[in-house]
Amino acid sequence: MERISPPPELFEQFAAGDLDAFESLFHQFQGEVYAWIVRMVRDPAAAEELTVETFWRIYRAHARFDASRSFGAWARRIATNVALDYLKRARIEETPLEDDPPASAQRGAGTPDPAVRREVRDRVRLALQQLPAKLRVVATLALIEDYPHAEIANSLNLSTAAVKSRVFRAVQLLRKKLGNLE
Amino acid sequence: MKDEERISQPEKQLAELLKRSLPPVDRELNRDLWPQMLRRLEEHPRQPNWLAALLSPAAMASVPWFDWALLAALVVGVCLFSRSIPIWLYHF
Repeated sequence: MERISPPPELFEQFAAGDLDAFESLFHQFQGEVYAWIVRMVRDPAAAEELTVETFWRIYRAHARFDASRSFGAWARRIATNVALDYLKRARIEETPLEDDPPASAQRGAGTPDPAVRREVRDRVRLALQQLPAKLRVVATLALIEDYPHAEIANSLNLSTAAVKSRVFRAVQLLRKKLGNLE
Repeated sequence: MKDEERISQPEKQLAELLKRSLPPVDRELNRDLWPQMLRRLEEHPRQPNWLAALLSPAAMASVPWFDWALLAALVVGVCLFSRSIPIWLYHF
């Protein structure tokens, strides 16, 4: 869906601390910021709170905003930091996964078993949650959401090589945790 | 698909497993969050601009160490040679 781009003076007014300009930008970008955050945290309720937190940080940092640059990209970077902070806080205690999957998971391949599938889902979710936040974010964006590495790099303020390296490390850790589930 | 070119086979397999195992999330925002934002703004009224700018950690961090050293030297100088202040004021 194409969004109508706000007039340039709106960004200047926002940078000068105008609350009405901030409200206009909030209404124009809240959906985009929410969509970006929910991809990373995968929890709609948390994503709503984090969207508000993102705009709160945006509002406080209005004086540092360069009106000649993209507001959307700036907002996305702030949203990424907010999501990373949340994931660091929310990261569940490291609970070791069993080295071998339970016997029920080793039944013949191709036999659809809802219980096993649920078990597999739980193991995958747990393995992802146990990743360090910065690896979890890149793994989610690159592997699940299919974002190009360059775009992830831009949003995380990293080089593409750093993103590739994080994806590689995340894959290694996930494969180690998931064993022969793949 | 361009992603197939950029990711390796193990990554592709793992990506498939992740996609099949994790529930999809709704990316549409279903309500306006402005009332929550407004509440937040009312709870934390903004400091005066100059004070916020002066005391913000970003502003403090952006001052080079050498400037802090000069400021410290100036303060020490004023304390040690306080009698010279009128002379400096006269000349400037």
